[in-house]
Amino acid sequence: MSTTQLPMQPVVDPAESPGAMTDRIAAIVLRERAYLWWWLLMIPSATLAGVMVVSILWLFYAGIGIWGIDWPVVWGFAIINYVWWIGIASGGTFISALFFLVRVEWRTSLNRLAESMTLFAAACAGIYPILHLGRPWFFYWLFPYPNTMTLWPQFRSPLFWDFCAILAYVVSSILFWYLGAIPDFATMRDTSVRRRPQLFYGVLALGFRGSGREWRNFRAAYAVLAAIMAPMVCSVHSIVGLDFAAAQTTGWHSTQFPPFFVFGAVLSGFGMVLFLALPLRRLLRLEAFITGRHLEVLARLLLVSSLCVIYAYMMDAFSTYYGAEPAEKIFFHERVTGLYAGVYWSTLLLNCVLPQLLWWRRLRLNQALVWLISSGVIVGMWLERYGIVVVSLHRPKLPSAWGNFTASIWDWALFAGTVGFFFAGLLVVVRLVPIISIFEMREILRKRQA
Amino acid sequence: MAAIFRPSANLAAKFFLLGMGGLLAGGVFWWWVYPRTDYARGVGWVIDQPVPFSHEHHVAGLGIDCRFCHTSVEVSANAGMPPTYTCMTCHSQIWTNAALLAPVRDSLAHDAPIAWKVVNDLPNYVYFNHSIHIAKGVGCESCHGSVDRMALTFKAASLTMQFCLNCHRNPGPNLRPRAAIYDTEWRRGPDTPSPDALMKQYGIVNRDLTDCSICHR
Repeated sequence: MSTTQLPMQPVVDPAESPGAMTDRIAAIVLRERAYLWWWLLMIPSATLAGVMVVSILWLFYAGIGIWGIDWPVVWGFAIINYVWWIGIASGGTFISALFFLVRVEWRTSLNRLAESMTLFAAACAGIYPILHLGRPWFFYWLFPYPNTMTLWPQFRSPLFWDFCAILAYVVSSILFWYLGAIPDFATMRDTSVRRRPQLFYGVLALGFRGSGREWRNFRAAYAVLAAIMAPMVCSVHSIVGLDFAAAQTTGWHSTQFPPFFVFGAVLSGFGMVLFLALPLRRLLRLEAFITGRHLEVLARLLLVSSLCVIYAYMMDAFSTYYGAEPAEKIFFHERVTGLYAGVYWSTLLLNCVLPQLLWWRRLRLNQALVWLISSGVIVGMWLERYGIVVVSLHRPKLPSAWGNFTASIWDWALFAGTVGFFFAGLLVVVRLVPIISIFEMREILRKRQA
Repeated sequence: MAAIFRPSANLAAKFFLLGMGGLLAGGVFWWWVYPRTDYARGVGWVIDQPVPFSHEHHVAGLGIDCRFCHTSVEVSANAGMPPTYTCMTCHSQIWTNAALLAPVRDSLAHDAPIAWKVVNDLPNYVYFNHSIHIAKGVGCESCHGSVDRMALTFKAASLTMQFCLNCHRNPGPNLRPRAAIYDTEWRRGPDTPSPDALMKQYGIVNRDLTDCSICHR
């Protein structure tokens, strides 16, 4: 029998019942002591999060001169990491909101994890634009409020749209995550026997009792939020693309940037969901709920978004030669053969070549390989943004303004710090919040039993 | 199972919601309302000076022209504070023993200027030039208020960027004929040339007075 004839794995282990499932998932959270592996991951993550705090404080004290940015590369790690993190965040929203609207069953096992990932990735992304302001304490000047200077932001600038998009995205991500978890908080409140968890989850559940009226309101509110979030993913990252496309800089001034950025965002987002789901299902013994089906679906999504990104890379090269603008051609040759050529070719290898292995089902089902490919994609997407930000800026149209970029130790410290903060945040969620949406899983199981 | 929360928890939840509402209202107040208050801008606030100098007495009572003391207002960015010699023009002759004027006599005796405190202080990132405003028909009173009625000098206008821009966006209505620039009681009357005529007369044309670099150099 060839692998193509292998039966599709079910979305959830048929042996599971709603009651047993609730107990299993609640038990992960209600353990009195955290797992050993949790501490082993938490300690380095929290340490790195501390590094983030130190880097930010030192940045506020010393100013952005501590970073590697200078003319002509004035957008360095802050923008690379901002775009990278917001891209990762997009993938989570894509899974939880878009696939909610199209009523895909497999989404149920992944949406809590995906949304939690979105939450912390968006938080990491959200701090960078503020930190990269020369005077971050005036960040609220970005906001159009009636001030005594009678000055308004430039409403025609994508940078202002960006501020609005990110603010709306972060706020609605938090609301979406929290609203979607309220029935589960109520379950946790009712399942826990000790006083402190009862209080903790009781407050978070906001008095949710599961009455018909509450469910009706809950479903309406959740559907509305999902309907807002799904298109917002595309608009947010399109606007991030416009931040670049609106500039006259070589390599940026292209109409394909908005969709190109959305493609890259979902690629890195799916990569990160796989990167997290693969080890978590083993560590938390969730194989019955995150089955081979989920991994297969995610791997296929990864492949599809990789193909989209390949198209964008091809159009990037095509429009350079089609437009035949000398400065663009010089920049493109520099990109493929120059000082940063390694960045470009690694991007192609990690984002375009390696994901092609996922065409084969046998390889899609090889968890170690899929994990490595998704890690590669996450790194590859960071390199892609490095290429877009640094390589474009280091070859401006005026040759006398050419220059190079080297990241400083504080660039790296802050970057590593946000990675630590991201994982520390996720680990806190894994410890305190049911990582699989219990109430939605219950519906699936009931439907199966009926 | 016993209830986890007592009914008083509902009250706590309501207080929390009220608190959030209060936070919102507080934010609106702090960023929107407070910066506009006279208190925040120091308008009408008398600053203690070494000598309680009365503009009311010297300007309205004695009829001394602004330029008698603020001599460089027509030619320099700074209007200029009078040297002690200017005070002594008269006060070497009258009120020579007044206790109030002891700091002035000390200043002369020790050859040390009187340390007046700044009443209308602009931030250092604002470039302001008195002479161009005088030359283009802006009266002292437009920014400094009715100094002739100030027994003690205080700030009369908010001097926010909004205040500056209100005029820079449409200077015409605030211009006055050259003869009225130092007149603290002047009001636009039926004989006053129209704002447009004054704009033309002073040559304030083809110039965008709201360019950033007009004030931030």
